[in-house]
Amino acid sequence: MKRLALISVPYLWLLALFLVPFLIVLKISLSDTALSIPPYTPTLDLSEGWAGVKEWWAGLDMENFWWLTSDDLYWKAYLSSLKIAIISTILTLLVGYPIAYGMSRAPDEWRPTLMMLIILPFWTSFLIRVYSWKAILSNEGLLNQLLMNLGIIQEPLIILNTNVAVYIGIVYTYLPFMVLPIYSALERLDESLLEAAEDLGCSRFTAFWLVTFPLSKQGIIAGSFLVFIPAMGEFVIPALLGGSKTLMIGKVLWEEFFSNRDWPVASAVAVILLLLLIIPIVLFQRNEEKQREAEK
Amino acid sequence: MKKTWVTLGVALAMGATAATAEEVRVYNWSDYIDEDLLAKFEEETGIDLVYDVFDSNEVLETKMLAGGSGYDVVVPTASFMERQITAGVFQTLDKSKLPNAGNLWDVIAERTAQFDPDNAYSINYMWGTTGLGVNVGKVKEVLGEDAPIDSLSLIFDPANMEKLATCGVHILDAPDEVVPAALTYLGEDPNSHDPDVLAKVEPLMSAISPYVQKFHSSEYINALANGDICVAFGWSGDVLQARDRAAEADNGVEIAYNAPKEGALMWFDQMAIPADAPNPEGAHKFLNFMLDAQNMAAASNYVYYANGNKASQEFLEEDVIGDPAIYPTEEAMANTYVKAAYPSKVQRVVTRMWTAIKSGT
Repeated sequence: MKRLALISVPYLWLLALFLVPFLIVLKISLSDTALSIPPYTPTLDLSEGWAGVKEWWAGLDMENFWWLTSDDLYWKAYLSSLKIAIISTILTLLVGYPIAYGMSRAPDEWRPTLMMLIILPFWTSFLIRVYSWKAILSNEGLLNQLLMNLGIIQEPLIILNTNVAVYIGIVYTYLPFMVLPIYSALERLDESLLEAAEDLGCSRFTAFWLVTFPLSKQGIIAGSFLVFIPAMGEFVIPALLGGSKTLMIGKVLWEEFFSNRDWPVASAVAVILLLLLIIPIVLFQRNEEKQREAEK
Repeated sequence: MKKTWVTLGVALAMGATAATAEEVRVYNWSDYIDEDLLAKFEEETGIDLVYDVFDSNEVLETKMLAGGSGYDVVVPTASFMERQITAGVFQTLDKSKLPNAGNLWDVIAERTAQFDPDNAYSINYMWGTTGLGVNVGKVKEVLGEDAPIDSLSLIFDPANMEKLATCGVHILDAPDEVVPAALTYLGEDPNSHDPDVLAKVEPLMSAISPYVQKFHSSEYINALANGDICVAFGWSGDVLQARDRAAEADNGVEIAYNAPKEGALMWFDQMAIPADAPNPEGAHKFLNFMLDAQNMAAASNYVYYANGNKASQEFLEEDVIGDPAIYPTEEAMANTYVKAAYPSKVQRVVTRMWTAIKSGT
């Protein structure tokens, strides 16, 4: 009994924080827009009892999902978001892995400080940190001033309002989510394995490639998902740093919701996005399970 | 903005100690009031004022349509408000609680009545036109002495835009304002809902969009003032704020605002009370306070927008009432048009076209 209660806790959380909001979004995606509060119809009126529920059910249809197939904007935006998410995940990995590796090799007494430094930026609002990148990347910004004063470039680099700025913003924001899982995988690494590899004639690099890297695979996978999934639906970073040509599904969603006041189509876009993200999440889970079985 | 948080913080702190204190929550555009007025209202009435800001009609509208915003006074643009009234977002004003309403200016009230019949739901706060903000020196340098700084051809003629791209052009990221201007340039009805007519805007805009540095609705104030851009298609008062900032900085940048000679869009920001306002009584007090001639004059003197308050005009500073960019001549007033809200099907066409213009997709 006690065990059942314990197991039910995560399920209750999932129900309250994931399933219920999702069902609400799904419900809106099946309705039609209306000029009212709230701006869609039908709304579920429980005061009319069973008849009200029936009437509500009859008013739902898949029309908004068909609409999404009629315009190439939506799948282009999905693909473009996918591309941006994949590239920024790879970039974050390339930047994050050496940091995590360095941290795990650092003397024990340094580690808490290094960990602190990774977490420290979270103490400032995410919005302000992204905004400050505008001051760094703009044409008269710190970066261009520095490079021009050093005589490296003559004309300012145009970075702000381009996709490059979006990549920088995403890599910067999500770096801790990549570093921490990799660090925790590397930290557990048994040093004697490396000594053994070197005794057996491996160079330091081969030892890293054959021993350290495979053992940190779990961290890499976890970190990559933690970066990829939120990057896919990102809105704030492209809105602040990207140009008008940066096409992302988050922006399309914003326009459906705010400019068109079309909550049903916006919800349909969100449902599809979620379904697309479920695929990598399921793959991630499979991988975890396989890993657990292998460890047994 | 800073003030907002201070007010909010004070309100929260007071709420904790004296939950009974009366409170009015106002939701207005950013940079759109002389903040001394807020303190004055609190002093005169003893009501705590919570003042929050937004920067687009879309954000306000979504909050209103979701319901339960908790605000007592909001300031939508008339064309958006028209639709919100239909949705049942607002309550009718109790004119008996607005003794200062006699100060209103019939010329403006007549026009706002096209959106809000009998002005039953709202009073005018500020109004203005959408037009051309120009860095005169730079534009003449690029386009020559006879540059068309008062004509829509400045931004809609690709030949001009190609040259202007070297010094920078910003255009409002507001299809509801730019599409009617494009239609005016094409000699069409700016209020057209005909899909075939609207479709003519896309090739026109797509031809100039490569030369537009940014579609944005607020960054142009600073960009114009600093000399980073030489042309902005924006709101009159914002351009005038840029002009004043440049003058203060004494950086040699001379900014001018011109309503396009082909016809300018005239817009109205209206104060209204949401149907579910927690304190409609206090909301009326705030509206009446803002209808006071001296208070309204103080607001206009601060933000450089014209208001719909006839009695306030004697208290306006000369550089406000005497500036035809703020208070246009009668002739110029005749050369303006108002734009009605798009029905949702047309809105969808316009938004989609706008995405295509900006992103090429």
